[in-house]
Amino acid sequence: MAASGERPITIAMLALGGQGGGVLSNWLVDLAEANGYLAQSTYVAGVAQRTGATVYCVEMLRRAAVEAEGRPPVFAQYPVPGDVDVVIASELAETGRAIEKGFVTPNATTLIASSHRDYAISEKSALGDGIMDLRPVIEAAREVAQRFICFDMAARARETSSVISAVIFGAIAASDALPFQREQFEAVIRASGRAVETNLAGFSAGFAGARGSITADVTAADDDMPIATPNGPAGQALAARIDGMLPVQCRNIALHGALRTLSYQDEDYAALYLDRLARITSLDRQNSDGHALTRAVARELALQMCYEDTIRVAEIKTRAHRLDGIGKDIGAAPGQPWYVTEYFHPRFEEVCDTLPAGLAARALASPRIRRWTAPLFRSGRNVSTNKFWGYCFLSALARLRRWRRKTWRFTVQQQHIEDWLEAVAQTAANDYEGAIALAESIEIVRGYGETYERGLTRYRAMLQTSARTAPGKKADVLRRLRTAALADEEGSMFEKTLSEARH
Amino acid sequence: MAERSFKKEVEKLKLGAGEEFAGEGILAVTKALLQSGVAYVGGYQGSPISHLMDVLSDAEEILSELGVHFETSASEAAAAAMAAASVNYPLRGAVTWKSTVGTNVASDALANLASGGVTGGVVVIVGEDYGEGSSIMQERTHAFAMKSQMWLIDPRPNLPSIVDAVEHAFELSEASHTPVFLEMRIRSCHVHGRFAAKDNRPPRMPLRSAVENPKRDVNRIVLPPASFLHEQEKIKERWPAAVRYIKEHRLNEMFDGEREDIGIIVQGGIYNSLIRTLEQLNLSDIYGRTKIPLYVMNVAYPLIDDEIVDFCRGKRAVLLVEEGQPNYIEQAVNSILREAGLDTRLAGKSMLPKAGEYTVQVLRAGIVSFLAAHDPDYRAPTDPISLVTAALEKIRGHIPARPPGLCTGCPERPVFSSLKMLQKEMGDFHVSADIGCHLFSILPPFEIGNTTMGYGLGAAGASAFNTPSDKPPIAIMGDGGFWHNGLTSGIGNAVFNKSEALTIIVDNNYAAATGGQDLLSTKSGSPRRSMRHPIEKAVRGVGVEWAKTVQTYDIASMRRALKEAVTRKGTGPKVLVAQSECMLNRQRREKPQFAKSVQEGRRVVRDRFGVDADTCTGDHACVRLSGCPSLTIKPNPDPLKSQPVSHVDNSCVGCGHCGEVAHEAVLCPSFYRARLVFNPGAMDKLLWKLRQGAIGWMSRRNERHLAQAL
Repeated sequence: MAASGERPITIAMLALGGQGGGVLSNWLVDLAEANGYLAQSTYVAGVAQRTGATVYCVEMLRRAAVEAEGRPPVFAQYPVPGDVDVVIASELAETGRAIEKGFVTPNATTLIASSHRDYAISEKSALGDGIMDLRPVIEAAREVAQRFICFDMAARARETSSVISAVIFGAIAASDALPFQREQFEAVIRASGRAVETNLAGFSAGFAGARGSITADVTAADDDMPIATPNGPAGQALAARIDGMLPVQCRNIALHGALRTLSYQDEDYAALYLDRLARITSLDRQNSDGHALTRAVARELALQMCYEDTIRVAEIKTRAHRLDGIGKDIGAAPGQPWYVTEYFHPRFEEVCDTLPAGLAARALASPRIRRWTAPLFRSGRNVSTNKFWGYCFLSALARLRRWRRKTWRFTVQQQHIEDWLEAVAQTAANDYEGAIALAESIEIVRGYGETYERGLTRYRAMLQTSARTAPGKKADVLRRLRTAALADEEGSMFEKTLSEARH
Repeated sequence: MAERSFKKEVEKLKLGAGEEFAGEGILAVTKALLQSGVAYVGGYQGSPISHLMDVLSDAEEILSELGVHFETSASEAAAAAMAAASVNYPLRGAVTWKSTVGTNVASDALANLASGGVTGGVVVIVGEDYGEGSSIMQERTHAFAMKSQMWLIDPRPNLPSIVDAVEHAFELSEASHTPVFLEMRIRSCHVHGRFAAKDNRPPRMPLRSAVENPKRDVNRIVLPPASFLHEQEKIKERWPAAVRYIKEHRLNEMFDGEREDIGIIVQGGIYNSLIRTLEQLNLSDIYGRTKIPLYVMNVAYPLIDDEIVDFCRGKRAVLLVEEGQPNYIEQAVNSILREAGLDTRLAGKSMLPKAGEYTVQVLRAGIVSFLAAHDPDYRAPTDPISLVTAALEKIRGHIPARPPGLCTGCPERPVFSSLKMLQKEMGDFHVSADIGCHLFSILPPFEIGNTTMGYGLGAAGASAFNTPSDKPPIAIMGDGGFWHNGLTSGIGNAVFNKSEALTIIVDNNYAAATGGQDLLSTKSGSPRRSMRHPIEKAVRGVGVEWAKTVQTYDIASMRRALKEAVTRKGTGPKVLVAQSECMLNRQRREKPQFAKSVQEGRRVVRDRFGVDADTCTGDHACVRLSGCPSLTIKPNPDPLKSQPVSHVDNSCVGCGHCGEVAHEAVLCPSFYRARLVFNPGAMDKLLWKLRQGAIGWMSRRNERHLAQAL
């Protein structure tokens, strides 16, 4: 067209609230204006002003070129798809959104993205694992971007006690997508006069990160379980028994489970774990996928045997390395006092769980006891774990472990486990896939209070439905039920799926 | 105390002739007001014009130097009424608000103002909240301009054009005795650019000399017979005067192009997007040298018939780019062409979408189809989007939505956590919501709220349910909305009509959603304003008997109060004031103070919350009762578990909400509060040593057997 001339450089940025998108956009304008360019920036925040995503658009054009033309350029008020030179996405899902908006095109765009996740509310509030699989976003980014620079910028910001906007600024400098040198970028940070040292540290980390950007690590599936290593004699004995008892594909997960039961209770309990597992292994078919049933049971059995009663919770809360970790997390200097307060709210049922079985059975059956003790359970209790009496209390509670076998919940739980194993074993006889699905079903029985009761009720319904479902169809029915059980708290989805399954 | 300080921006307002102003579009407008010699400025804050109000709030010095009265009005109606000062006196004034919502609120005063007409220029700066990022219903201010006969300026979106438009708006207003709208779109408000500043001008007439020498003209008051006179005046005098001014000063612009047989008519505000579209289609360059002639309507209303006829004469077809609906301009242009006997084909909403924002993507499709119909030789370059369609298909459904939510530590969160727990116990209630941050309650994770009818209208929105019931309606109202009109329209009338409804007034000390502006009930003091007027006292003053103020973070009390309010009968309307300061403002104040205390060696403590990954079972019930941005999830560190665990990240401000919820909803024992002591005293240090020693010894003993076994 008329006077082809120089085109503006367009930068589009998608940032979340609190990530400093506004600061970064100002830096870019300052960078351009300090180095012979005219710049314009604009943004749309709107209703997303608090936590949603904001789109920033910066355009810059060489001042000398504009002066030669003798008239002002027309800057865009919004990134124009096809004409965006640099797209910045401060988080992985936002990278997908930038692509979705058409900002990233192979004719023009350098895409600079952080690979970290800032989970959306739908992902956070799921009853189980609601995290979205964003691998297609990475694949799409590789396809549509002329260049794709991607690394965990949030981590670089944390490591340098800086902010992600500074890291991104460094990454832009390193990308060579803008006609400015590193020194010119750094001069902008210095001129801003705010948190200069930390921002420069973040900038350097971002610069280095972009130069060494590896995008492969974000797609690598992380399914591999770490290797369990016993250090003590009891653990080693368990490992030896497992080696003799289980095929190689199941040994690691079984050792994880065995060590868990050992630390949870004692050697006998770990032996019981392996006895139970041995029964399933003998039923497991020699199929090519590596003893899927044994592995499923190994996992769930360990979790069910190591249920979270008050004894267990007290034990976890008083572990030395837990307390050390908290101190480190909050940045306590050596000798700097800090205190941790636990928020406990046990219900009548949880206390009964830890009582001797006979006593608990009578208490649970008596509405009068429940009524009389109600005031005790009305409000939560705060316990200071690293103060003297708080620690003594929790530590004493943890020591009740030696009487755990006599508690009500232990009795109930062992029966619950035996029933499950029996059902799995029976199912395995004529529906192997169904048995695996049934083994996995018990996963929804976890947590405390209402969560536990809800999971237990739904699991029992699944158990009954499985018994009434024809062999060969169980796996499908159970998996649909499990998804439905975790769809919502109220259970409307579960009820619907249940009634479908029964027809 | 607004969310951010505008000290730097205030300095920009002081610039004089020969200096260059660099900054945001809406601040350029603010500067232009001072250059135009305004005597007063009023308005009601709201995106995207909040910054105009905020910067003037901080600009006391300049304003008093110039003799300009600035006021944050109680509502847009109050702001519009303020312009009454320009009816009898040559006082220039500007008022501002978010439109169309603000224009709706202002309409009573605005229509009266437009009927009687003005002597001093009045400019109404509307932040046209339309298109992406908008938080309101999608409507046009254009309709209001037409029905009340006010002029609507829609300048090209660059700072020099916007500043010129402000100055012309006052002149136009005075030349035609008509208040004038200046329409600022969202992106134009936030655009960063530059313009050559002029000196600020004091008002031609000081406010004091006007008020001490009152003038009165009964013909300017809207009452028969003057109201009939006004209608005739509008048509016979003011309209033609406006047209004359607009033509004489060439407010609308024509850009020639080599194609003489076709043309494009565009609203000024859309000009940049149009040029960039033409540029992408090889029909213009980046400097606006277009091949297709353009008629840019910087004045969107009234239309200038002669200019339109001149532009269209000799053209086979003209495309009209008119954003928003209905297509008022298109209808008018069609009728103008018909009356002029031109057979130019007008294409508008037949080529472009009938509704929605006109982005470059949208314009591109419209222009390509316009050219296809009227220039068969034209070949459009490849649409860059076509290069990426396969990738777009791949990611469809793989990007989580990110609805807005309450901030970290927001004091409104506990209100909705409590309500959610109440609904779990008693079943769902009909909840009449209001405008403000608290409206985010309608989204996950709370999903509370059935309707929202307007600012401060939460209680009024529940008024029909004044019927015997075991489940009274619950209304929500913010403190901003309460002082805006809710006290009278909601609470007063609920008393009057003996309603049994519960109204929860979320009192966070500020008009938080619009940037944290001060209110009557704001707790901090200011020598310039009278504040600290408690909401509970106000509602008792209008006759509410059951009124309570509860600290929001105290969830146990909140739940008790809510339950009592919905179960108690026969006491008239109940009002629960949910009080706690907006966390954004609080952090802004406390963070520097905290840092200073640490620096100065004073003993201070900092709280942060955490979740034990080892006891968290990944059910996330806590998230469903919170939605706090700092309460998030992370992969489960336990190799045997697959559910992500809850996790409190570094942005936690230690408000304590998650711990309270864990207590009240009996969730789980995973939450803890870690309190770090800065500059500990001698006693602190001694106790710490003793405790560490004792606990260390006990824990080593406890864990010895485990270490050996494992």
